Amino acid sequence: MMVLKILDPASETLFSRLSEKVRLAPNFFRNSAVVLDLECLPETQVCDFGDIKARLRDCNLIAVGVQGGHRLQHEAALRAGLPLVPSGRPTRTDNRPAQAAGQTVPPPSRPTLVVSEVVRSGRQIYAPGGDLVVTAMVSAGAELLADGHIHVYGTLRGRALAGLSGDTTARIFCLSLEAEMVSIAGLYRVNEDFTPEIVRKPVQICLKEGYLCLEPFFPVGR
Amino acid sequence: MGQIIVMTSGKGGVGKTTSSAAFATGFALRGHKTVVIDFDVGLRNLDLVMGCERRVVFDFINVINGEAKLYQALIKDKRVENLYILPTSQTRDKDALTKEGVEAVMDELRKEFEFIICDSPAGIEKGALMALYFADQAVVVTNPEVSSVRDSDRILGMLAARSRRAELGQPPVIEHLLLTRYDPIRVERGEMLNVNDVLEILAIPLLGVIPESQAVLRASNVGVPVILDDTSNAGMAYADAVARFLGEQLEHRFVKPEKRGLFSRLLGRTA
Ligand SMILES: Nc1ncnc2c1ncn2[C@@H]1O[C@H](COP(=O)(O)OP(=O)(O)OP(=O)(O)O)[C@@H](O)[C@H]1O
Ligand SMILES: [Mg+2]
Repeated sequence: MMVLKILDPASETLFSRLSEKVRLAPNFFRNSAVVLDLECLPETQVCDFGDIKARLRDCNLIAVGVQGGHRLQHEAALRAGLPLVPSGRPTRTDNRPAQAAGQTVPPPSRPTLVVSEVVRSGRQIYAPGGDLVVTAMVSAGAELLADGHIHVYGTLRGRALAGLSGDTTARIFCLSLEAEMVSIAGLYRVNEDFTPEIVRKPVQICLKEGYLCLEPFFPVGR
Repeated sequence: MGQIIVMTSGKGGVGKTTSSAAFATGFALRGHKTVVIDFDVGLRNLDLVMGCERRVVFDFINVINGEAKLYQALIKDKRVENLYILPTSQTRDKDALTKEGVEAVMDELRKEFEFIICDSPAGIEKGALMALYFADQAVVVTNPEVSSVRDSDRILGMLAARSRRAELGQPPVIEHLLLTRYDPIRVERGEMLNVNDVLEILAIPLLGVIPESQAVLRASNVGVPVILDDTSNAGMAYADAVARFLGEQLEHRFVKPEKRGLFSRLLGRTA
C-alpha cells in the first residue's frame, strides 16, 4: 500500500506536487489507497484529516488510515474516518506465538456493537475492541469500522474495515457485496477490483496467508 | 395540532420548490388549511412559483426577528381557499434562521394550520437542517440519478439523527419518497435509474413518481402550481401523490413509456 509521509500538514505545495505526480501516471494511481504516515509530526501537532482526505480524493487517491504519530492525532484521524493501521505491510503469515496445549488463557473479551437501523451515507460507526453487527443495509458513503469482525445482514454498499488495530483473523461477512472498499488489518480492496462472482452475492472476506480473500458463501450456480 | 412536513433532498434543483407548491395547493384543494414556508433564505423562489411575488411586504425572517407579526407576513393565495404562503428574505442569509426563532413561528403555525410545508434549501448545512429540524414527516425529493439518490440517503441519515424528534427520542420522522423528473423512455434506455433501483437503495415507501414534463416549467413561469394544470401528467401525478399522502391507495401512473397511437407513430417522435 502507498504511504504518504506528512512532514508539514499546512504545506501549500504538498497537494499540488502530489497531483502533478498523479497526473503523470493516472492509471497507476487511480483510486489507490493511501496510508498517511505521521511519524515526522511533533506530538502536539494536530491536523485537519477531513481536509487532507478530501484533497487526496481530489487527486484520485483514497486515504484509508494513518500510521505512526500519537494518540491525539490518532483520535483526530479516527474522527475523520482514518483508523490507525499497523506500520508496514501485514506479515504474510499469522505469527502470533502458538499456544501450548493445555494452557488456559481466557479469550479476550470482545464487546459486540449491534446496529439495527439502516446505516446511511455520511455515517461512521466504530466498534472499538470488538465486533460490529449491522442487521440492516449499509449505504454507499457510510463507513463501518471494527477491531474485530464485521457482519452485515443486508446489502453492504459503503466501506467496511475490520481488524482495525491489526487483528489479521478478523473477517467481514455480508449478505450482498456492493461495497466501495473492504479492508482487513490494513489490507484492502476497492470495488473496481471485485470480480463478478462475488458482486451482489453473500460473501465472506478474510486474510489467508497474508492475502485478502473475498469468497462467495455459496459457489456460483448452486 | 398541525403536521410539519419538510420537502428535502440534499441535492439542488431536483424539484423541492415545485413539489412544495404542488403539495400545499393539493392539500388546500382538498379542504385542509395549509401554509407553505420558504426556508431558502437568500434565494427566494417559492413566491415566484406560487405567483405571489408582487404581494410580499414582510417575510419569514422579519417574523423571526420580531420586525413583523406572523399574520402580516402570511400571504393568502388568490386562487385556492385555505392556502397561505410565508415567503423568505432575498437579502439575508441562512444565519438569520435561529432555532428559537423558527420554533416560535412553528408553534404559532401549528395552532392555525393542518399542514405546514417547509421548502428546504439544497445542501446539508444550516438552512437545510433548520428546515428539517421540526418536521413530523419528510418528503424526500429525488431524481432518478445516482448523485441525487446518494444525497437523499444522506438526508435520510440527518432526519434520523439531527431532527428534533431524534434529539428528544420521540417516534422518528415519517419518511416518504417522491421521485421527480422521471422520464420512462430514458429509464427504458438505461440512461436513468428505474423506480425499483431507487427504492432498493433508499428503502423508504414510495409516495409518488412525477414524470419529467414541459408543463412544470410552463407553470412556474406563469406562477401557477403545476397541480392546478390537471391536463398535464405532472399535475395528475402530484394530485395522486397528495391523495396517497392523505391515505388513499392509488396505482402509480406514468412509470412506463406511453403507448403511442398509430397517428403519433406516423408523425414520428415528438419531444
Ligand atoms: N417534473 C419536472 N419536469 C420538468 N422539469 C421539472 C420538473 N420538476 C422540476 N423541474 C424543473 O427543475 C428546476 C428545479 O426545480 P425546483 O426549483 O422545484 O427545484 P429545487 O429542488 O427547489 O431547487 P433548489 O435546490 O435550487 O431549491 C426548475 O426549472 C423546474 O421547472
Ligand atoms: Mg427550491
